[in-house]
Amino acid sequence: MSSDLDVFVGNTTLIDEEVYRLWLDGHSVAEAVARRLRGGVLEREGTSVAVLQSDTRDHYRTFQMLERLLHAPPRLLQQLLFQIPPERQALLIQRYYAFDEALARELLGKKLSKGTKKELDEVSARTGVGIRSCRRQFDNFKRVFKAVEELRGPLAENIQQLFLLPPALARDYAAIVFFANSRFETGKRRLQFLSFADFAACAQSLMGHWSQGALAPEAAEPDGDLPKSFLQDLKELKVLVADKDLLDQHKSLVCSALRGKISVHNELEANFKALSRALVNVGGKLTHARDVRDFFVDLVEKVIEPCRSDKWSPGDLRLFLTHYTAAPRNLPGFRHQALWERYMAAISACLLRMYHD
Amino acid sequence: MGTMRTVPDFSVVRSGHEVQIPEQVSVPWQGLHRAVSRAPTIPGPAPAGRGGAAPRMRSGAAAAPRHRRGGAAAAAPAGAAGGGGGRRGRKKMPGKLKVKIVAGRHLPVMDRASDLTDAFVEVKFGNTTFKTDVYPKSLNPQWNSEWFKFEVDDEELQDEPLQITVLDHDTYSANDAIGKVYIDIDPLLYSEAATVISGWFPIYDTIHGIRGEINVVVKVDLFNDLNRFRQSSCGVKFFCTTSIPKCYRAVVIHGFVEELVVNEDPEYQWIDRIRTPRASNEARQRLISLMSGELQRKIGLKVLEMRGNAVVGYLQCFDLEGESGLVVRAIGTACTLDKLSNTSAFLPACNSPSKEMKEIPFNEDPNPNTYSSGPSTPLKNQTYSFSPSKSYSRQSSSSDTDLSLTPKTGMGSGSAGKEGGPFKTLLRQQTQSALEQREFPFFTLTTFPPGFLLHVGGVVSARSVKLLDRIHNPDEPETRDAWWAEIRQEIKSHAKALGCHAVVGYSESTSICEEVCILSASGTAAVLNPRFLQDGTMEGCLEQRIEEASPPGCGFCHIPYDELNMPFPAHLTYCYNCRKQKVPDVLFTTIDLPVEAIVVGKGCLIQARLCRLKKKAQAEANATSISNLLPFMEYEVHTQLMNKLKLRGMNALFGLRIQITVGENMLMGLASATGVYLAALPTPGGIQIAGKTPNDGTYEQHISHMQKKINDTIAKNKELYEINPPELPEEIIGSPIPEPRQRSRLLRSQSESSDEVTELDLSHGKKDAFVLEIDDTDAMEDVHSLLTDVPPPSGFYSCNTEIMPGINNWTPEIQMFTAVRVSRLSNINPTNQTLNKNFNDLCENLLKSLYFKLRSMVPCCLCHVNFTVALPEDELVQIAVTAVAITYDKNQALQANKAPTEKSQQRASTDNEEQLQFPLELCSDPLSSQPFSPAKATSLEKASPLAEGYLRHRSVPSCTNSTVSVVKMTPLSFLPGAKITKYLGIINMFFIRETTSLREEGGVSGFLHAFIAEVFAMVRAHVAALGGNAVVSYIMKQCVFMENPNKNQAQCLINVSGDAVIFVRESELEMLPVQPSAAAPQHTSSAGDVTT
Repeated sequence: MSSDLDVFVGNTTLIDEEVYRLWLDGHSVAEAVARRLRGGVLEREGTSVAVLQSDTRDHYRTFQMLERLLHAPPRLLQQLLFQIPPERQALLIQRYYAFDEALARELLGKKLSKGTKKELDEVSARTGVGIRSCRRQFDNFKRVFKAVEELRGPLAENIQQLFLLPPALARDYAAIVFFANSRFETGKRRLQFLSFADFAACAQSLMGHWSQGALAPEAAEPDGDLPKSFLQDLKELKVLVADKDLLDQHKSLVCSALRGKISVHNELEANFKALSRALVNVGGKLTHARDVRDFFVDLVEKVIEPCRSDKWSPGDLRLFLTHYTAAPRNLPGFRHQALWERYMAAISACLLRMYHD
Repeated sequence: MGTMRTVPDFSVVRSGHEVQIPEQVSVPWQGLHRAVSRAPTIPGPAPAGRGGAAPRMRSGAAAAPRHRRGGAAAAAPAGAAGGGGGRRGRKKMPGKLKVKIVAGRHLPVMDRASDLTDAFVEVKFGNTTFKTDVYPKSLNPQWNSEWFKFEVDDEELQDEPLQITVLDHDTYSANDAIGKVYIDIDPLLYSEAATVISGWFPIYDTIHGIRGEINVVVKVDLFNDLNRFRQSSCGVKFFCTTSIPKCYRAVVIHGFVEELVVNEDPEYQWIDRIRTPRASNEARQRLISLMSGELQRKIGLKVLEMRGNAVVGYLQCFDLEGESGLVVRAIGTACTLDKLSNTSAFLPACNSPSKEMKEIPFNEDPNPNTYSSGPSTPLKNQTYSFSPSKSYSRQSSSSDTDLSLTPKTGMGSGSAGKEGGPFKTLLRQQTQSALEQREFPFFTLTTFPPGFLLHVGGVVSARSVKLLDRIHNPDEPETRDAWWAEIRQEIKSHAKALGCHAVVGYSESTSICEEVCILSASGTAAVLNPRFLQDGTMEGCLEQRIEEASPPGCGFCHIPYDELNMPFPAHLTYCYNCRKQKVPDVLFTTIDLPVEAIVVGKGCLIQARLCRLKKKAQAEANATSISNLLPFMEYEVHTQLMNKLKLRGMNALFGLRIQITVGENMLMGLASATGVYLAALPTPGGIQIAGKTPNDGTYEQHISHMQKKINDTIAKNKELYEINPPELPEEIIGSPIPEPRQRSRLLRSQSESSDEVTELDLSHGKKDAFVLEIDDTDAMEDVHSLLTDVPPPSGFYSCNTEIMPGINNWTPEIQMFTAVRVSRLSNINPTNQTLNKNFNDLCENLLKSLYFKLRSMVPCCLCHVNFTVALPEDELVQIAVTAVAITYDKNQALQANKAPTEKSQQRASTDNEEQLQFPLELCSDPLSSQPFSPAKATSLEKASPLAEGYLRHRSVPSCTNSTVSVVKMTPLSFLPGAKITKYLGIINMFFIRETTSLREEGGVSGFLHAFIAEVFAMVRAHVAALGGNAVVSYIMKQCVFMENPNKNQAQCLINVSGDAVIFVRESELEMLPVQPSAAAPQHTSSAGDVTT
């Protein structure tokens, strides 16, 4: 006697957190049942496998019907089909949009296109995240990206409003959108030591310091795009390395200020010019999309790795960056101090975040 | 010239004792030879006319329902244009219906090119249609239309639904329908219900389900003053609730009202249709909506004729008779209700009725708590012998002997019964006069004010097998009328036989398979207090008190029939509570446990399940074989119930509902009831099994093993349900001391030899337990199946009544649910045993699954568990369950149990103030002009033992976040921890959903899951639009599911109903003392309402 049809519908929709987790992880009903069995639910509740299967299928159907609504969370709040208490709605949304950092790390800076989606098999194999879950998370990234792409104002706030996410999660999504939009290269071998959290922090610094939203919230361009005029202006900073005098003066100001304060003073003196060139040129290149991609590669290759090989401590780097940023104020003829500080604030924050093993 | 063919009817009287079985079956224990067992007869003209003689009347697109009686009512309300003319002679009450279409949201994309929709709305009422402008290129259109005004008469208002269709404008081709909303405007026609319907309604399409929402405002202006109101049935209020609604007072309970309307079904074969399925389903939805309206209006007229103003316990059902047509029928109880002016007021002395009654002279020593005296079983036990021999044709010889013997042996000590005799007679006469003028003294109520129900006789039921004919002339559906009248007569006479003049907890149902239809009716025979049944019968109030001689808590158990002239041999003892009157040893009823009943321990859900194979046959042969099977099924079901009751150590069943479902090749019986231990009734004996071949050692061993299992189960159950009745010192009253293990024998024997009878007689009087004789594998199976019922996991209780006996500290968390299962019986050669087992497993697994689903609510109780069985196809069994899970506070329960005064006994629902509130009111002088005084409101605090739990669960109607307002749904008539402040009207909705892409929609389960969720959503939306926040007495009356997997198609019809209400949490009431109207969520316009 087999059950062809078997449904349970509550006036208040039942949400089983464990089954939701399993569903989000992309397990099939059979896999989910197996996992629940391993969890010992049978012994706890004294029930049968058939009951567990029926229960799992019910929940899966509910989730499948809810999924459409979860794609536009405000609709979940407005819809009439499922009566779900507000705190449960929040939980559903939050869990649905939560993502595996390993997966997000893999996808950072990639175009959220069909092509990328096709590569998810490999990503899944590398990260250990189930392929179905990978696809769902990828779709989440893409959906959020599409929704806020054209919107003005602070990215994280827009995401929070449109998807009703908790602030921290919204900020992470902002980072993902930011990377996807600017297409930063993050996949190079030498960048592998950087985690998703590192990049997300960098993205926040970059947006926080550089984006128009940071200066005027009602600005015209979306936060995800770095303002063109700002990037254009960065070319002006090249004078710091192009002008021999300025470069020398800059070096001496910094080196004298740091004398006795950092353990790697000699190395600093030896490398100052190379470091300064790297730091300034990173900004100068940002007007070209192609060069934007190399932003993090450049920072690692030209700043972090040399410092690391010279055994700079993070403290050394911090002191250096502080003085390095402050020094041009005293340089005669340098008129871009505000721009410079805005630029360096983000660069410093990124470098300090990225400077680890 | 509709021809009617009758096939043998079958009917049953049951009081926990007596099953009527046609003679040829032999008589069960205490059976009565009254049952009908006619040979198949076909009265009336030969069946030649069937099908062809009368031209089939198709009423075209309008498909208007025909009026039932009286050719005068010629015009169908919806049919002819300008539909008002030529209707009944009564005055019309013109009114104006005003509709405003505000906005839509989440509409589907109708134009693939633009991913947008150009939506507009058609608003149709009767034959008038208005349209909004097209709101171009939007999925969230803002129409903000003018007020569309329909000038209509009241009859139209009652019959017609408001039909709102959302369409996508298409310049080049026909406009595409997006979906529809049907709004029943009936609630706007009562002066006390809603004044405006306003809110977001799901836009529903029979193929696509819900497609976005539409915001609509509906108002009705009636041009008449309130006096003229009475001349139409517009003012009559309808309640599904089967008790007197919480914020009303019953002045008079008039009695039974019924009506039926027939029409051709616009679609009786859904798969091979000519017109599009969508069109036909929409026609069907509209037609049923129309028929319901008409039916309700006609019932209303009857109520007005009876000078009532409300129908309580209104139950409307559809019979989808296929080719023969569509019958919509309804029954209810007409009442005159008074709105209580202050809903937060209570009468102070909750126990007053009992106090009064204690002073009744007739009852000198009424102290129910002392068990110092009391007769033990003075009657020798009934034996019965039943022989379900394979042929089912043999006549038993033993039972007759028993029948004749038993009453005589029972006469020994019946003095109290005689004492009660004159009073009973007097009472009977009075009641009779009150009920006499009524054709059918039936009441669909299941809960009554204390004092209303004097005695309960037992369950009466009648079934009849009919062959469906095409309804040749829908204007004269006398055939169906006659069928029901016949059955009701039967019920009435059964009740009479039990010494009762009324039937309470009455209900009717049908089961249809092809052209065979089983009509069933059942209820509980009872003696009622006439005081409530007549207008202004104030004069005999005092004398009638004398008749209410029975002490509270046990009076209803006392036998209504004369002991000297018993309608059937029953095992009577003195009431274990008052010692004055006789009570039966078991009591079966269809009503809820009376509030005042004294119970021991907790109750539990008891089900009897049964399958019987039947040969496939046509027409009369089929009907005959069904009617031949019915008595056996009734008997088996009864035996199962009895055994299971004993197995749980209980002695009474409440809320008994027996469903017999007919399929192509089998019959299924499912009986559900709530077992309890009534303190007034004797302790049930155990169950003993006896082997048939006593010399076989291993067999004996097996038997004794089984016996041990049974004994263990009984002991376990007694512990589980806390059944510890106080020990009675039997010797004191000098009645025979029962042997430690009282036993009598219930024999299932195949042999006709009379020596068994002798053997039986020897054991008489000493045993009060059943003996189950294991004489064949069948019996073995039966015993096994007894033991397969697993008790619910710890923390769970279940019952099918409103409240769980023995639990009285509900917390406000509730979860109503519907579960549906369809299983395929895969056996190639099914036997009754395998089918029984399959069916039993199906039910048990379903229950298990429910417990598992709801495990997070523990400790909780599943209340009002309502199973319905259908046999949609050859090998398919469909079971639908609707119930509500309510959490309770375990700690408080323990305290209550420990309370010394309570001992182990509890009133059935000491907690339920709302239930008490009304009854108390009734106990006072019905015409008293000062029903409440403000000071009495103090008892409210006392009434809410759960104050702290409430705030968590406040259901805040939508105010701020534009989130959807919460609407609670429950099959119960109340919400725990809340007070219903207003009834907004009846919800009665019918939906059809179909799909031609079954696989894509997740198969049958995905399809039905979505549909049920949609039905819930639409009910909630309608309630919210009425300004309500809950549906009480919710019931899913029909769930007809059909599939055709080969064609990737499926279709489902669902019919639900309930009462829309506004409730306020008691904790909130305390905070804002007398402002219940503050609960009305969004409609400030309704604030002027005087009635709350």
